[in-house]
Amino acid sequence: MSSRPVSGAHPPRVVLVTGVSRYLGAQVAARLAADSRIERVIGLDDREPTGEQATILADSVEFVRADIRTAQPAAVIADNRVQTVVHLAIASAADPNAGGRAAMKEQNVIGTMQLLAACQQAPELRKVVFRSSTAAYGVSFRDPAVFTEDTEPRDTPRGGFARDVLDIEGYLRGFRRRRSDVAVTVLRFAPLIGRRANTSLTRYFSRAVVPTVLGRDPRLQFVHVDDALEILHRAVTEDHPGTFNVAGAGVIMLSQAVRRAGRIGVPIPEPALSAIGRGGANFSLDQLDLFVHGRVVDTGRLIREFGVIPRPTPVAFEDFLRGISGVLPREAIGAVEQRILAGLRRSRAAVR
Amino acid sequence: MSDFESRPHFPAPGNAPFRGLRQVAPPPPEHPESDLWDRRVANALAFLRRRLTGEYEVDEFGFDRELTDTVLHPLLRPLYRDWFRVSVRGVENIPDKGAALIVANHSGTVALDALMLALAVHDEHPEKRYLRLLGADLVFRIPFVSELARKHGSTLACNPDAERLLRAGELVGVFPEGFKGIGKLYRDRYKLQRFGRGGFVSAALHTRVPIIPVSIVGAEETYPMLGNFKPLARLLGTPYFPITPTFPWLGPLGLVPLPSKWCIEFGKPVPTEPVADMADDPLVIFNLADQVRETIQQTLHQLLDVRDAEAAS
Repeated sequence: MSSRPVSGAHPPRVVLVTGVSRYLGAQVAARLAADSRIERVIGLDDREPTGEQATILADSVEFVRADIRTAQPAAVIADNRVQTVVHLAIASAADPNAGGRAAMKEQNVIGTMQLLAACQQAPELRKVVFRSSTAAYGVSFRDPAVFTEDTEPRDTPRGGFARDVLDIEGYLRGFRRRRSDVAVTVLRFAPLIGRRANTSLTRYFSRAVVPTVLGRDPRLQFVHVDDALEILHRAVTEDHPGTFNVAGAGVIMLSQAVRRAGRIGVPIPEPALSAIGRGGANFSLDQLDLFVHGRVVDTGRLIREFGVIPRPTPVAFEDFLRGISGVLPREAIGAVEQRILAGLRRSRAAVR
Repeated sequence: MSDFESRPHFPAPGNAPFRGLRQVAPPPPEHPESDLWDRRVANALAFLRRRLTGEYEVDEFGFDRELTDTVLHPLLRPLYRDWFRVSVRGVENIPDKGAALIVANHSGTVALDALMLALAVHDEHPEKRYLRLLGADLVFRIPFVSELARKHGSTLACNPDAERLLRAGELVGVFPEGFKGIGKLYRDRYKLQRFGRGGFVSAALHTRVPIIPVSIVGAEETYPMLGNFKPLARLLGTPYFPITPTFPWLGPLGLVPLPSKWCIEFGKPVPTEPVADMADDPLVIFNLADQVRETIQQTLHQLLDVRDAEAAS
């Protein structure tokens, strides 16, 4: 990512970050805590951070255990005179061990409603930064190839996460109207990728044999985790109200990604995959929608407003590949190519 | 400033090499001077290796130039040269660089005319330009077809996509008649249908690019549609179900197009700059659309006369 310094930064004194027991939340909270311009960073989650997250948060971030599906965060925001809320406690996939899709929707939709209700009553609040997704554009065969922030979704998506995102962005619009003095930054992230990312898509590309949709080769876009963190950081310390697509320029086709990763793609008819998705197995309807339609966004507004250019999608994906090993490594395919070529040349030379 | 400003910059875009690229370059042939066979085999193997390892580029619309050059165009070329014997006039009206909107008549039941037009632009123009076709949403609903269309450089016929391609300096091809043109009966051949709402004109006006009217003769006779079996079309969700002299009677053989003689004429560019500021005035849009439509219709009649004269002699 290349960047230029932006003048007119107004870092808040007290920041609240939700979802700090997850990877992204912990990283963002720790980064903000390391920024000397910010006095206090409060990390909120309904479970204690463990492992790597606990290490990252230790000492620098004040952890508060609270459930955002309840009214508890309101007291935290009011008591600590929080000026900026960074809402990252959005689940992008159902966790079968933690209540499945019902709990995911509760967390995403009810959680955001409660948090926004708390924000509305906080007189000191100046800014809300919200992690949204490019899934907000829905899926339709009549969609343009590239979404800008002004593209309206045409059809309701099948996937639960995409539906949640649409609902949540609706509540945010309402909040914007009611608290016009609060700057609202909505960041619509493409799927995160990178060596350290751990999402349903990175897990997908880490399998040896990966299912794809028969007759479909979607255009995918990713954003590198480090670029996502940088942009979230800037959204807190600088003023960038509005909605922004966050993605790496360029695209990579799914077939291309599978081949670059050295995986074996197995095309499966769409009805079969959608039955699997409905069954709640590890191939979700969100992923199916993405794998049928693909998703590409325009990032002109982000680049103009934030003055940063995220790593292009192929570069971000390449960084992710450095962390995994291929089943069909490129070197092996190149070696086979050379062996065939050498063999053909030898036999020709023998014939002549 | 804080440490946050002084962190090292990320690597510049596009600089990161792909793993293993250097190791897999094939060794040079022993007789590089004139060994055409060796070069062909090496190129074919290198192409296969790149496809297998994903080391090729596609643009944001999914256009795969390497696949188009190496597979799709070579497959279409025999149809273009030997079957339809396409002759092209006015290719000098296509700019060497920069955007233009190419507007053509649509006919022939199956959109072969779009594919032949794209190949004509690429093969006949000195700059070997690619025509980015705009297709109906039906094209993008059908598995396999949708992906081939995207890899060939097509995208959905909608103003955001058209304007994005034109702003990027591409040649964009559009068939404003849509299904009304391609799905018309043989008895209505070479009668231009209505041009819809003129969305293509507003795309050209918004991006200030010239419109190039194109007349295609020959596609009407490839699958002469004698009737349209509407109940089956409704059942299948298609705009029409064609009955031709050979389809569906001969089964798969009925899918073979008749070998009609084709002519494609690229007309003089219609500049949009003078009226570009009136892009939201429906009168301006309709007038310009009518002008383009009239040009295409008149040229169609002229081309038909020429073809008839050639056939008679």
